[in-house]
Amino acid sequence: MARYIFQRIGYMAVTLLIIITITFFLMQLLPGTPFNNPEKLTDQQLELLNEKYGLDRPLIFQYFTYVGNLLKGDLGTSFQFSGRSVTEIIFERIGPSALIGGQAVFFGAIVGFFLGIISALRHNTIFDYGSVTIAVLGMSIPSFVFGALLQYYIGVKWGILPAALWKSYEYSILPSIALSVMVIATVARFIRSEMLEVLGQDYVVTARAKGISEFVVITFHVVRNALIPVITVLGPLAVSIMTGTLVIEKIFAVPGLGEQFTLSILVNDYSVILGITLFYSALFILIVFVVDILYGIIDPRISLGGGKRDAA
Amino acid sequence: MKRRFGLKMVLLFGLMLIAAGCNFSGSEDTGTQDSGSDQSDQSSSDDADNNQNESVINLTANADIPTLDSALAHDSIGFTVLNNIMEGLYRSDENHQPQLALAEDHQVSDDGLVHTFILRDAVWSNGDPVTAEDFEYAWKRVFEKAGSYNVMFETVGVKNASAILAGEKTPDELGVESLDEKTLQVTLEHPSPLFKQLLTFPTFFPVNQSYVEEMGEDYALEADNLVFNGPFVLADWKHDQGWTYKKNPDYWDQESVQMDQINVEVVKETSTAVNLYETEAVDRILLSSAYVENYKDSEDFISELRPGIVFMRFSHKDEFANPNIRRAISLAIDKKGLTSVILADGSRPLNGLVPYEFSYSPDGQDFRELNGEFNVHDVDQAQEFWQKGLDELGIDGFDMELTAADNDYHVKTAEYIKDQLEKNLPGIGVDIKLVPFSNRLELEKAIEYDMVISTWGPDYNDPMTYVDMWVTDGPANRMEYSNPAFDEMVKQAYAETDAAARYELMLEAERVLLEEDFAIVPLYQNADAILMRPHIKGMIRHPSAPEFDYKHAYIE
Repeated sequence: MARYIFQRIGYMAVTLLIIITITFFLMQLLPGTPFNNPEKLTDQQLELLNEKYGLDRPLIFQYFTYVGNLLKGDLGTSFQFSGRSVTEIIFERIGPSALIGGQAVFFGAIVGFFLGIISALRHNTIFDYGSVTIAVLGMSIPSFVFGALLQYYIGVKWGILPAALWKSYEYSILPSIALSVMVIATVARFIRSEMLEVLGQDYVVTARAKGISEFVVITFHVVRNALIPVITVLGPLAVSIMTGTLVIEKIFAVPGLGEQFTLSILVNDYSVILGITLFYSALFILIVFVVDILYGIIDPRISLGGGKRDAA
Repeated sequence: MKRRFGLKMVLLFGLMLIAAGCNFSGSEDTGTQDSGSDQSDQSSSDDADNNQNESVINLTANADIPTLDSALAHDSIGFTVLNNIMEGLYRSDENHQPQLALAEDHQVSDDGLVHTFILRDAVWSNGDPVTAEDFEYAWKRVFEKAGSYNVMFETVGVKNASAILAGEKTPDELGVESLDEKTLQVTLEHPSPLFKQLLTFPTFFPVNQSYVEEMGEDYALEADNLVFNGPFVLADWKHDQGWTYKKNPDYWDQESVQMDQINVEVVKETSTAVNLYETEAVDRILLSSAYVENYKDSEDFISELRPGIVFMRFSHKDEFANPNIRRAISLAIDKKGLTSVILADGSRPLNGLVPYEFSYSPDGQDFRELNGEFNVHDVDQAQEFWQKGLDELGIDGFDMELTAADNDYHVKTAEYIKDQLEKNLPGIGVDIKLVPFSNRLELEKAIEYDMVISTWGPDYNDPMTYVDMWVTDGPANRMEYSNPAFDEMVKQAYAETDAAARYELMLEAERVLLEEDFAIVPLYQNADAILMRPHIKGMIRHPSAPEFDYKHAYIE
């Protein structure tokens, strides 16, 4: 196991380097300059600025400088926010994104989990159709439509919660709910179909034949096995939601990372684009790794040692 | 099962940690909500008592402040904040005229080249006096930092500014010198009618030398890394979230300042701003045209004409080198239809270069009214010149490309123009080429277009900010347009010290540009649709940066 983890960490580092390299060179294809106020910038000024920020040097030189600084843990400074460090920007913005995203995943997973179980156990009844309908709607209605409706009714019309902004905990509730819809739908759908499959497996029939109570069969035999595909989707989903979503952050005026990332691309803020890409990728790779480890815990048939692998 | 429970606990704990590190505002801020909102009922009685005596306004901004370093500031949000937390030698009054501010006295030598300023007794918010050295240091620092607006010093003609920009001299040789703690001497290369006006611009503001040197690279990155000498201090700045002004008790003219506190929330989505306005969380918002219809009869609705212009550049190459072709295109477009039907947001059709309500002559007349309208829409005339142009070129028509940035407004405008030209000018074929904004700039600068929809906003409050764009090889020309007579008039206007004569030259230059050369096609002038609580008064908005001045704002 230790060797496996070690190997994976090595692969992770290589993956990150490849991502950084590709992003670095692709970014150069963006039209324009990273400097502010491009409409008014004269060629003379542009020359001065390029010289000051080392952008007049050969690209390959800039690349190695960047990677060199990266190894020292320095992500550089932003162009659009003159001189602010990229690390600081990321850590400032990730908090709000992670809070609403975390709440959405947590709440969405629990609700989706129960919806899925109910609809599997009450297959082809009104409960099943009800939760399937919820799941389909949740997948197909974009979260910003739902967000705008929540904001208008709960925030403006009924005045139960603040409509937008970011001042105290209660401001995080509406955006979290808006984001959780997609999670509910995804989890419910996966749990339902997996459980239906597992319910027909031989070992469930065996367990029942042994006279084990229905509750124990469902919790320990059925749900446990149905969790595998859910965890596979939930991990990456959690990363993408917790690192920020452009639309929800904009609608609820949340100072999050997703909105910042988009903005940086629009204004060619090279160091911020690279920094956030690196951050996203690292988190993503990490969560995939964690999910792999979790597989082994949930389903002993999956062995991570590499050598002996039972047929699953 | 046990393991999964553990996992959930870890998750929960993680969420709590995140919530703790989430930089929500502290209690002091929740107490500053507008008195009409639900939140203020929940604040402690202490806060509520304070609120009743304090006057507070809640504003919105559509982006965070990019930087508060006056050497690097480059956008309207940054300039507005600097204008309210700092002060330079001059400050614009409600009629947008420069008035002495930090300078108590301003003496000019007979040749108009040497300006001597005596500073009044003013202090920074850390107690240090504001000195002439602070100005000298700040101005030279603009060049050391390669700030975006270092060209302003060249515009004014501060000695050696051009040479420093060209890399021939060092920032230390700039023509500014502190004679003693309270006396600042500025040497110009030529007399400048714009000097006073530009001294209100934040790039010319002082910085506290010892404080800036102590802060180093961290200067102005946070509210805590700044000292202030203006009407307000920046009490709080939460990035991408908002900022708070509080009255500066050490400001020399603090008796004129009536607002105790002004909160600004960053809200990027218009629908969100509208909802916040409806819940009384904010007191002033900018509407998009989709909301104008709903709110235009409300007593809170205001339409503010702005000096930003939208116009078309011609490449002045190939077919577009022919003045009759350019003239025909200028006449063929019905701009009224564009602003009233297509845009419908209060924008005003523009048949001139310098916008309405922007600049007034020495005897108080609007530049636009003085020069009247050029090339007003007339299909018959358009077709006549079109035919004439085609005959001169020996063709029956041609296809052309209309380049535009891919934002909503410009796309609509481009489609409208295509329709107008194809309807009114037989034989023309218009292809719309939509590109991202930065691409449009690159194509413009390289003159790789036939016609392009462009925008321009003023750098300072004078017609020259539009007129001198078109000099031969000027950085804003971006066309193959060159008229020596026009260049000569601009040059004369730069040097002319008699205000009336200078104004005449600029009027004439605009006339030549549009009535003789048909060099560009002005389309319309922007307007902002705004919702603001009617009890807010005295908020000054200038046509050029710095845009807002809250010094005299009050609640009725």
